[in-house]
Amino acid sequence: MNGLHDMGGMHGFGRVEVEAGEPVFHTRWEARVFGMSLLAGLRLPGSIDERRHGLERLDPVTYLRDGYYGRWLARLEQDLLEHGVLRPGELRGRLAGERAAAALLPALPAPLRTASHPFLRPQDRPPAFRVGDAVRTRNHQPPGHTRLAAYTRTRRGAVARVYPACIFPDSNAHGRGEDPQRVYAVRFEAQELWGEGAEPRSAVYFDCFESYLEPDSPR
Amino acid sequence: MSRDGGSPDPRDPALRVEALEALLREKGFLDSAQVDAIVRHYEEEVGPLNGAKVVARAWTDPAYKQRLLADGTAAIAELGFGGPQGEYIVVLENTPRVHNVVVCTLCSCYPWPVLGLPPAWYKSPAYRSRVVREPRAVLREMGLELPGEVEVRVWDSSSEVRYLVLPERPAGTQALSEEALSRLVTRDAMIGTGRPCAGGDTSGG
Repeated sequence: MNGLHDMGGMHGFGRVEVEAGEPVFHTRWEARVFGMSLLAGLRLPGSIDERRHGLERLDPVTYLRDGYYGRWLARLEQDLLEHGVLRPGELRGRLAGERAAAALLPALPAPLRTASHPFLRPQDRPPAFRVGDAVRTRNHQPPGHTRLAAYTRTRRGAVARVYPACIFPDSNAHGRGEDPQRVYAVRFEAQELWGEGAEPRSAVYFDCFESYLEPDSPR
Repeated sequence: MSRDGGSPDPRDPALRVEALEALLREKGFLDSAQVDAIVRHYEEEVGPLNGAKVVARAWTDPAYKQRLLADGTAAIAELGFGGPQGEYIVVLENTPRVHNVVVCTLCSCYPWPVLGLPPAWYKSPAYRSRVVREPRAVLREMGLELPGEVEVRVWDSSSEVRYLVLPERPAGTQALSEEALSRLVTRDAMIGTGRPCAGGDTSGG
């Protein structure tokens, strides 16, 4: 989806502010959200692709205003509501001082866990591209989850590395199956991405799932 | 907690998270001790010291370095490191002619088992938006001036592959032990926004 999360190349966000001696978590609530989110990821059905898309589906103001762990909190609440672990209004009631007993936990389906790798999958089909091949990214902009960033669409590059087949996030995030595909680290020259104002002697390497790519004739 | 002395602001994340954890505990969905254990693990056991050990080993053992560059995940597992967000790690070697730097523009993917959880700046819109477009300017702001003849390669972690930069071994460190070398390796050197430093502070740049 064309959302605020897709930030590569945007202008206007200012300097990168580095905090010296930064702690792992700045507050107790950040740490609790992190821990609870990891546990929820183990207990609830749904893949990492669905959970990444959960962040992208937050409204844009929340996405920017609430920061990293604020987003994780919003997504955790969303996830718990969608799976019936939290009832609508239950958290609000508790915050308003109601002392009603917590609603019972619904029967959760056992999360789908296989013995295989979390994302690598066997693939019999030979790779469509080899190192050095000239490729072009498709104009792929689905309304749902994708890992093709806007700044890399319809750009020309060269395959730099060929990785094993992985679960395809665009499909898996929406319950449409794993559709494993090979992944390629594609080198895009800075000028191809950023035009005349590009910095000299620089390139971006971007991991592209096979279906994001089509062959391109060498220039 | 409350601006006017009245009811607390339900959007206050500290209050919200406390109430949420209490509800989940009462439902039997989680046990706070499990949350404690996860937090402690990432606060105390996982961090850039792990990555620094990998780098120092690669600097002192050419056969290890070869294995690390060929199969990062397996070579890192030799030192006992692995786990979530480290299931497929690729190591990128800096040379006098090539400087690598890592970002995740779409979220904040980061190799947790070797670097710990990412610092705030790595997750910031400023870093995510800018380092792909103007890496030299961003690195300069962060204190790393790259000579014009050095090529900059920005790796955007858009798949489940996680990238770790193998920085160049600083000159004049021939006499140092592997353990002493590991103390020179900063977190930022392994992201590509800094260099190994003689100060031995691995927490930052």
